[in-house]
Amino acid sequence: MMDISITINDAEVTASVEPRTTLADFLRDQKRMTSIHLGCEHGVCGACTIMANGAPARSCIIYAVSCDGAVIQTIEGCDDDPIMAELRDAFTAHHGLQCGYCTPAMLMTARDIVTRLPHADSDRVRLELTGNICRCTGYAGIVRAIMAVLEQRRKVG
Amino acid sequence: MKTPKFVYVLAESVAQVLNFLSEHGDDARILAGGQSLMPTLNMRLSQPDLLIDINRLDVLKGISVEDGMVRIGALVRHAEVARSPIVTEHLPLIAEAMPLVAHMAVRNRGTFGGSIALADPAAELPACVLTLGATMVVESTRGRREIAAAEFFKGMFDTNREPDELLIEIRIPCREPNSFPAFMELCRRQGDFAIAGLACQISIDGDAISAAQLVYFASEVRPTFASNASAAIIGKPWSAESKSAALAALADDLDPIPSPQGSAKFKLHLQRVLTGRALDQVIERAMERAGAA
Repeated sequence: MMDISITINDAEVTASVEPRTTLADFLRDQKRMTSIHLGCEHGVCGACTIMANGAPARSCIIYAVSCDGAVIQTIEGCDDDPIMAELRDAFTAHHGLQCGYCTPAMLMTARDIVTRLPHADSDRVRLELTGNICRCTGYAGIVRAIMAVLEQRRKVG
Repeated sequence: MKTPKFVYVLAESVAQVLNFLSEHGDDARILAGGQSLMPTLNMRLSQPDLLIDINRLDVLKGISVEDGMVRIGALVRHAEVARSPIVTEHLPLIAEAMPLVAHMAVRNRGTFGGSIALADPAAELPACVLTLGATMVVESTRGRREIAAAEFFKGMFDTNREPDELLIEIRIPCREPNSFPAFMELCRRQGDFAIAGLACQISIDGDAISAAQLVYFASEVRPTFASNASAAIIGKPWSAESKSAALAALADDLDPIPSPQGSAKFKLHLQRVLTGRALDQVIERAMERAGAA
């Protein structure tokens, strides 16, 4: 076991982990952050996407031990985030989810798109979403939701 | 699935890594971005005894340019390469390939050196460094050595890096003013493993092609120079005639691996399609440049 210290959703956390524990398993099993969904466990489906040091990353292919000193954000830490609030409303309004399995990670990726690419068009949004698989919506609702937030933010300026 | 048990060390210096590699050789694996290593461990395709985490080694980070040569540290993340003004200016081929490397979340973690050292036949960067005539700098307790890209990639996931050697940096010559790149690949969904791909750089003298580096990947076991197709176009202007000569010659250069994604014949067809598109684009770029000058 190894001791690590991580900032998770603005809280300093120290823990003891086995080296082979992925960040995803650590967050789910030890921290009960069940927004982290495990679909493929080899970095293809994107359902475990979190923010690591401000950039999206797949928590199933990061070891918790290698996150010592890192700043991690999950959907559990986004309750008061204004962009995430807009995205949640837009996902609801535009049918951006059905079963919900991909949703926390979709929202994480969506937040990254909105902040990194404020001028993105729907083709670019689709391109950016290729790393996150959704088997319910056919992506149309998700793209509409993200576009709605982008357009609203562009209008407000 | 979950990773099998291993011993983990967080390396504090290159010397320490080299000592571990010297002692454990193939039973040790380097953990850089982990974006290919961890999937194989999660699927239990390999079971190393020791994982050496090199993420704290700042000496392996950074991109610089000096004397016509760009140096990319082995630990530089794909996302950093994509954002680098040095790469945009001096290595336009790599700048063009970068958005096609996996997905954003993977590019944020995965490293340039990791992709080169792994030598996945479908990976973009090994093909790029072969096209550009890069040099890989590796080090072990036995010393440092430089390996030319043409010698580096031996086969599928197989390179001339010895098990006790650590990839330190990649040195890539800057683009010459009369040379033009094109990078293209085909896959079912952007970010997936490519089915066919081409990294090329063409030099133009007057209206004729004076040099051509055509490197094909994804369909082959390793990034592969197309010497016959190159010979078919060198010394001539790009025309319907030289295009059909190049496409015909490509059959002698490539030996595509059949896979569930397509037969050998289908993959050769895709590579020919890419060849036509890429050369059209290169010539268009060269003419734009000539028009602007």
